[in-house]
Amino acid sequence: MTTVLQVSDLHKSFGGVVAASKINISVDEEEIIGIIGANGAGKTTFVNMVTGYMPPTSGAIVFMGQSILGLQPRDITKLGLTRTFQIPQVFLSETVFDNLTLAFGIAERSGWGLFTPLHTEERAVTVDAHIERFQISQYRDMAASALPQGVRKLLDIAMATVRRPKLLMLDEPTSGISVEEKFGLMDVIMNALREEKTTVLFIEHDMEIVERYVSRVIAFYQGEIICDAATAIAMQDPKVKEFVLGQDKYNADASGNNGHA
Amino acid sequence: MKGLFDKTFWGLTIGLVAILILNIFMADWLRGIGLQSLARGMVALGLLVLWRTGLISFGHALFFGFGAYAAALLQRIGVTDFFLILFVGTAVSGLLAYGLGFLLRRYRAIYFALLNLAFSMILWGVLANLEVLGSTDGIGVRPPTYLGIVLEGEANQIMLFVCAAIFTYLVAVATHLYLRSTLGHMTMAVRENEIRVEYLGYSAERAIHLKYIISGLVAGFGGVIMAFSVGHVDPDSMAYWPISGDFVFITILSGSGNVAAPIIGAMVYELIRSYAFEYAPQIWQLIMGGSLLLIIMFLPDGLWSLTERFRRDKA
Repeated sequence: MTTVLQVSDLHKSFGGVVAASKINISVDEEEIIGIIGANGAGKTTFVNMVTGYMPPTSGAIVFMGQSILGLQPRDITKLGLTRTFQIPQVFLSETVFDNLTLAFGIAERSGWGLFTPLHTEERAVTVDAHIERFQISQYRDMAASALPQGVRKLLDIAMATVRRPKLLMLDEPTSGISVEEKFGLMDVIMNALREEKTTVLFIEHDMEIVERYVSRVIAFYQGEIICDAATAIAMQDPKVKEFVLGQDKYNADASGNNGHA
Repeated sequence: MKGLFDKTFWGLTIGLVAILILNIFMADWLRGIGLQSLARGMVALGLLVLWRTGLISFGHALFFGFGAYAAALLQRIGVTDFFLILFVGTAVSGLLAYGLGFLLRRYRAIYFALLNLAFSMILWGVLANLEVLGSTDGIGVRPPTYLGIVLEGEANQIMLFVCAAIFTYLVAVATHLYLRSTLGHMTMAVRENEIRVEYLGYSAERAIHLKYIISGLVAGFGGVIMAFSVGHVDPDSMAYWPISGDFVFITILSGSGNVAAPIIGAMVYELIRSYAFEYAPQIWQLIMGGSLLLIIMFLPDGLWSLTERFRRDKA
């Protein structure tokens, strides 16, 4: 099994506030990992540091055997580590098709090649196949601003995967999605990613989603990892129960007492 | 998708042929207006390139003046050939944009606009105060030679017009190809979402820098044409801030729908201004301001949006 990502002793502080400390994570090829934790636990900070959006105060990040510490997001993207956002980052006034055409254009060309026409018949075929993979064909010619939230999330993920990344980090793929839609959405995402054998690491608040799609859970609490284990084990972990799931004994007692009262 | 030969290409080609035929019958004064329209239209084209990214410059007279003075100074050191001066004058304007771009690529919105203004006023200050550059009086520009051929009077004007029209055409086609390229489309992308551009694997700042260089090249080209057209360069009519304002005026008047728009817009602008000045010398500024107001109120996307309206009606 190849190690895709190796993070050691990552530390981040903003002045006196510690956002991340002693973060050690090793990710193997084709793993599907869920990152859980309460708001402010340091999940998004972690993703931001790994993808080059903000530099860690100290520590090492090695991706596919190469240190990516200090690289810009665009360089890390080119190496095959991409991400999506809690709020989809797409080109709102453009159609789904045009969003993805540009994404493929940037991925496929560099240097002087960028001066070649963006819209070619060949690229249109590639784009349509990609749209099909994420099952958003019916929205192909709709402006991104007019899309339902779930479809916009899919577009965001579709744009993050045009380079066939080795590792994809999803920041809350189901936030803002209704309960009825969430499993359908996740099935589409996971099927598309499985086809490409993409390693996935995603931040999620919804434990139903975590239990259903993830084989390993990493739990954050106040900038530190409090649990890193197989999903079933992590869900039974007392620290996870107390600090993440909120089912600690006090709450349990409280609900019990309420029942009596 | 249709290669080079799309509607815009044919439109520009027909425009070039028409303007060259008209040139034969044109009165002298109209040819003068035509030349100045082409020159100003090029600077407005430079602004269009920026505008597509949501950037506006309040100081594009910087490149206009730089190109014009480059032409005058090249003549002073003994270069007489039109083509050489045009090429070098355009190139040095591009170099200036390349240098300034390292700073400007980091700014957006009003900061970008005003920083350009600041640089243009620095150029104006330098030109107005340097004795060797003629200070506020400026420098005269003689008719150029064309590959060794010397032309005087009307023959020179006709030749100048033909050359300006052909080169303007080439610059417009090249700019059109740029706007259709992946890099050109990144324009829209940078305007809409810089974070996504970075995470797709390209630097938004670099895209803006390249765009700024192209914009500077095109505007400097306009400056060279202007220098030969007027036969004289001076700080007040080449680099002063209201000149930059004129270019923004033309850009708003034209709209950003097509590379032909700023050229047409510049012609309309020159005609309104000439007639306003001729028939209402007391209130010509009022007429200019009034037309800008009408455009913003009734044609917010500029004159070019009329073609789209026409197309919609037909459909």
